Amino acid sequence: MTLAEKILAAHANKKRVSPGDFINVRVDLVMSNDVTAPIAIREFQKLGVKRVFDPQKVVMVPDHFVPNKDIASAEQAKLMREFARKQGIIYFEVGEMGIEHVLLPEQGLVLPGEVVIGADSHTCTYGALGAFATGMGSTDIAAAMATGDIWMKVPPTIKLVYNGKLEKWVGGKDLILHTIGDIGVDGALYSAIEFSGEVIESLSIDGRFTMANMAIEAGGKAGLFGVDNKTQLYVKSRAERPYLVYEPDGDAEYSRVIEYDVSAIEPQVALPHSPANSKPISKLKNIKINQVVIGSCTNGRLEDLRLAAHILKGNKVHPGVRCIVIPGSQQVYFDALIEGLIEIFVRVGAAVSTPTCGPCLGGHMGVLADGEKCVSTTNRNFVGRMGSPKSEVYLANPAVAAASAVMGKIASPEELLQRVKVNG
Amino acid sequence: MLKGKVYKHGANVDTDAIIPARYLNVSDPDELAKHCMEDTDADFVKKVKPGDIIMATTNFGCGSSREHAPLAIKAAGISCIIAKSFARIFFRNAINIGLPLLESNEAVANTKDGDTLEVDLSKGLIKNLTKGAEFKAKPYPGFMAEIIADGGLIEHTKKRISRRRA
Ligand code: SF4
Repeated sequence: MTLAEKILAAHANKKRVSPGDFINVRVDLVMSNDVTAPIAIREFQKLGVKRVFDPQKVVMVPDHFVPNKDIASAEQAKLMREFARKQGIIYFEVGEMGIEHVLLPEQGLVLPGEVVIGADSHTCTYGALGAFATGMGSTDIAAAMATGDIWMKVPPTIKLVYNGKLEKWVGGKDLILHTIGDIGVDGALYSAIEFSGEVIESLSIDGRFTMANMAIEAGGKAGLFGVDNKTQLYVKSRAERPYLVYEPDGDAEYSRVIEYDVSAIEPQVALPHSPANSKPISKLKNIKINQVVIGSCTNGRLEDLRLAAHILKGNKVHPGVRCIVIPGSQQVYFDALIEGLIEIFVRVGAAVSTPTCGPCLGGHMGVLADGEKCVSTTNRNFVGRMGSPKSEVYLANPAVAAASAVMGKIASPEELLQRVKVNG
Repeated sequence: MLKGKVYKHGANVDTDAIIPARYLNVSDPDELAKHCMEDTDADFVKKVKPGDIIMATTNFGCGSSREHAPLAIKAAGISCIIAKSFARIFFRNAINIGLPLLESNEAVANTKDGDTLEVDLSKGLIKNLTKGAEFKAKPYPGFMAEIIADGGLIEHTKKRISRRRA
């Protein structure tokens, strides 16, 4: 069995499962946020159940529109907060919260071998730790909050193998953008992805989170990584419960195996309006920009901020650009502060925000006007995603985003370094 | 029996196109319906009549897990969606809240924007009244048929819970 099948079989009390099987799966964590929880709560209340199945396995995170941007979003957050307190479930208030997919792994709430479902499509992020994690809608979450299980169809698994050596400035974001560009936004529809190969082994946990995060952008149900020493190191100090590690069998059956030689991959930029529109950065000429966003559940972790700060240090944000930096969690914010990264951001003329999804979904903290262009380290560039339907979002890694903020146009870190050399 | 005019779309209609994220600060279906498909077709909400049908090619509803998407479509008056394929989360969400979805390559290939269709959900039959043709939708898989028969996931789960208690 593949990694996904192993975990699902264990959670369905079965010896074996095969793609296409319908199974009832025990869940280790059920998550929702300030956008999806209100509907989940409404539906939960229709079930006639008084208590959630296990308050230690239900979590709600206010992150999309917080600190609340308007009265309507404040009402939604209030409804969620009151439910969370009454039920005694896990809840993180503004001031201690983070973007759910940065926060939960960091808090040791998702662990290898677990099944996690969340009312948010990027729940697949936790696959980086070797968990089977998948996004669902609010009503599914409502049912699971009551029963502690959920039905699933066992997905076929696509194995992606990355070999070779990463070029400078190329990381998890570029690998996943390149992959989605290759297989398309429905390339992994209804499937689980298993990421593997020597490049993956050398990739940091933060880089793995970035890749697993965007499995959904290829239509995937989950994106899983094997558990290695790096995973154990990350998880050990945080784990809130015991966990089991699963490995794919040597004779596991994959619906597709795709191999990539990463040596030829440049930093990637996904052009509007699809994450599959990815192009090597050298192919883009003189695209002037109005805004840069560095943050989100894709690239709002410490490693991402370090990379951005490294590029920005000693430079100035271009006068035609608003550069917005959003640490993914309070912990990331704190670490970045202690390391001096926040000081760098403020000095170069970037706006630093408390953790929030904010501009990633066009909520607040950097909504785009008609005709504006933004380079963003987020995961979606659909029409209207960050504001006006006539605005454009270009997806890139934190180094490219930072270099672009300084250059005022989409630029590679190399281009910026060359300029600094010439002028310096 | 459902009957209505077809609004036809292409591939990969995403959830931001169905209900832009900027309107997700509410969860009331009627409020959401006011902005349904706004960024793709600004007049959609004005034009659509109760019973009308959305049709698309592949991967309809990709992107976010927001249940606001099928809720907005349902509250806008759309009676069902017919496509070649749906994004996974959207498929679950729609069935869970009682918005019927049908998959049929033939129906999509042989229907134009503006055609009138009649749909018999119990038999999975799609009739194109404009063209006088009839197509069969794929049957629902496994648990989904049970959920539909029970009238949505909440009713289905209520049954499961009462069985467990008994
Ligand atoms: S940061 Fe963006 S993609 Fe991630 S959970 Fe928030 S809104 Fe969704």
